Amino acid sequence: MFDYSAYLRNEKLPHIWCPGCGHGIILKSLIRAIAKTGWDKDDIVLVSGIGCASRLPGYVDCNTLHTAHGRALAFATGVKLAKPKFHVIVVSGDGDALAIGGNHFIHACRRNIDISLIIFNNGIYGMTGGQYSPTTPQGDKAATAPHGHIEPDFDVAALAKGAGATFVARGTSYHVPQLDDYIYQAFMHKGFSVVEVVEACYTTHGRKQKTKYKSNLDMMKWQKDRAVPLAKSREMKPEELAGKFVTGILHEVERPEYADRYAGLVTSLKGGDK
Amino acid sequence: MTTTAHTEEKILFTQGNIACAEGALYAGCNFFGGYPITPSTEVAEHMAEELPRRNGAFIQMEDEIASLGAVIGAALAGAKAMTATSGPGFSLMQELIGYACIAEVPCVIVNVMRGGPSTGLPTSPAQSDLLQAKWGTHGDHPTIALVPSSVEEMFTETVRAFNLSEYFRTPVIVLGDEIIGHMREKFRVPRSGEIEVIDRKVPDGDGICRLPYRADGKHPACLPNFGTSRFHVTGLNHDESGFPTMDPSIVQDSNARILDKVYHQRELIDKVDMRYCEDAEILFVSVGSAARAAEEVVEEYRRKGVKAGLFRPITLWPFPKKEFIPCAERAKTIVVPEMNLGQLRTVVERFARSEKILPVNLVSGEPLDPDFIVATIEKSKR
Ligand SMILES: Cc1ncc(C[n+]2csc(CCOP(=O)(O)OP(=O)(O)O)c2C)c(N)n1
Repeated sequence: MFDYSAYLRNEKLPHIWCPGCGHGIILKSLIRAIAKTGWDKDDIVLVSGIGCASRLPGYVDCNTLHTAHGRALAFATGVKLAKPKFHVIVVSGDGDALAIGGNHFIHACRRNIDISLIIFNNGIYGMTGGQYSPTTPQGDKAATAPHGHIEPDFDVAALAKGAGATFVARGTSYHVPQLDDYIYQAFMHKGFSVVEVVEACYTTHGRKQKTKYKSNLDMMKWQKDRAVPLAKSREMKPEELAGKFVTGILHEVERPEYADRYAGLVTSLKGGDK
Repeated sequence: MTTTAHTEEKILFTQGNIACAEGALYAGCNFFGGYPITPSTEVAEHMAEELPRRNGAFIQMEDEIASLGAVIGAALAGAKAMTATSGPGFSLMQELIGYACIAEVPCVIVNVMRGGPSTGLPTSPAQSDLLQAKWGTHGDHPTIALVPSSVEEMFTETVRAFNLSEYFRTPVIVLGDEIIGHMREKFRVPRSGEIEVIDRKVPDGDGICRLPYRADGKHPACLPNFGTSRFHVTGLNHDESGFPTMDPSIVQDSNARILDKVYHQRELIDKVDMRYCEDAEILFVSVGSAARAAEEVVEEYRRKGVKAGLFRPITLWPFPKKEFIPCAERAKTIVVPEMNLGQLRTVVERFARSEKILPVNLVSGEPLDPDFIVATIEKSKR
């Protein structure tokens, strides 16, 4: 049995998350991935914004920084650049990372700074009670879309890749062993890595879809039925993929990392002109 | 990351923004995160030139919110960190200024003021943010804001801003303005050691600290830097361990403590330039570049035998009321020249009867000059 207590602030439990929430599944996956790295807990800085997902760092025994809504990546960038030896991990809800934090998200991708971002994509604003987010499915009901959501959603992985992230993976809270691996690979990757985790909030989102989901289990089934592994997706026609999403390590390239580049700049100036 | 802060004595003829950056470097600043905005940009440009040469970090972020976020993150990792901006950027920073207050993170925010509201007059001088510096962020919070009025003071007050922020573990704001920022003057950069440089206190011993927000009495909390103790930092109300709490008595006390730690040690913060205040019947209260014009008027009046005096808070927030009250009581008239529509006046009004007060307000984008002050005084007599 894996010993989670070595990585948890056990006295801070129970956590604040509702029954049926996917956040706890991701927390355990994250802890297993951290354990696999063998990193010293003193060298890990876990940063978050505001939201249900962002309460996660409070439960983990490392350096933890709970910032302001949307700003986790900005804080994390400062931490990493000031002390590049730290392993910096950011956890963020879909609203936190992609709405209020969207600008920081694309620029962190572009800089390719060595930070791993785990996006807890439950397709809704959980903490504030189920208002629509940039990833709420069209047609769903939300607290601020009582007549059905009319906006299109982001393809988070495509956005990350387009903005320059050098590692992009997508998993779900249903496919847990795969998720462990994506998060671990993201940690091992040098550069900006993004893991989008498709998961669900039954309390504020599922319950509002009267016919679609009868319980949080139906939301897990939704993930199971919609997820198409990358290899399989390559054999499928676009019309077969409609309404589904592709999972796996979707993008992985090498490109100079930001803090390394900065260190290179500092070295190049040593004993130079002035 | 350490910076080499060995400074030789040197004479510079330079603008206030460069003096500000030099002051930061003197104080050991080793992290700058910023976003370009007139009239503050030269601060960032100078830091971009110098920091990588001194093993420090410079980054231009995607906006001012990100800039202050990066600064706070760097400060928690142990850096002495700063950002510089102007009106619109300062507005964007407000939420995170509050974060630095409640999480007790030392950092320096320079605001080289310009006109407003909104884009206003980007290249013209104003003193538009005296009150935003105090009340901009939501919630009760301590504010320390320093207002230089010369190029040399841009240097010395930036050093002092770092010292105060490190000592009190709170953000400190330097309020320059377009005139002071861009004007060139000669000044002497002191040798290392000539001006004291204060570094934050971190826990003694093995550095392990389970109660980073424990503070005895009026003393600031003593957080370690990230890398030891594995503690938690949050913008939620928290207890001494740093973890969120809704316990009413802890919330009440900790909200009061972050104010008290600053306001109960005013003697370490107050700084006023007082000229002829002992017997002044006509007292000028003014800060920053406007105070230079006021000073000229005071000298001119004194030459003519008029008992004029100048009260110039260099620490604007907290307002040096202990020094001000006796001067205000002695004076028959209090003239408040400022490049806004009465922000400093709102403070003066708390300590002096409004019939005594003569506001002098200029928001045209022009520098406030001595003639304008004299003309306003003359007009008031008619
Ligand atoms: C500046 C600011 N705006 C709005 C809020 C209110 N708020 C708190 S959490 C949140 C959204 C949370 O949704 P998400 O980021 O998707 O995370 P989840 O709670 O679903 O895990 C909002 C809008 C805030 N705290 N700060």
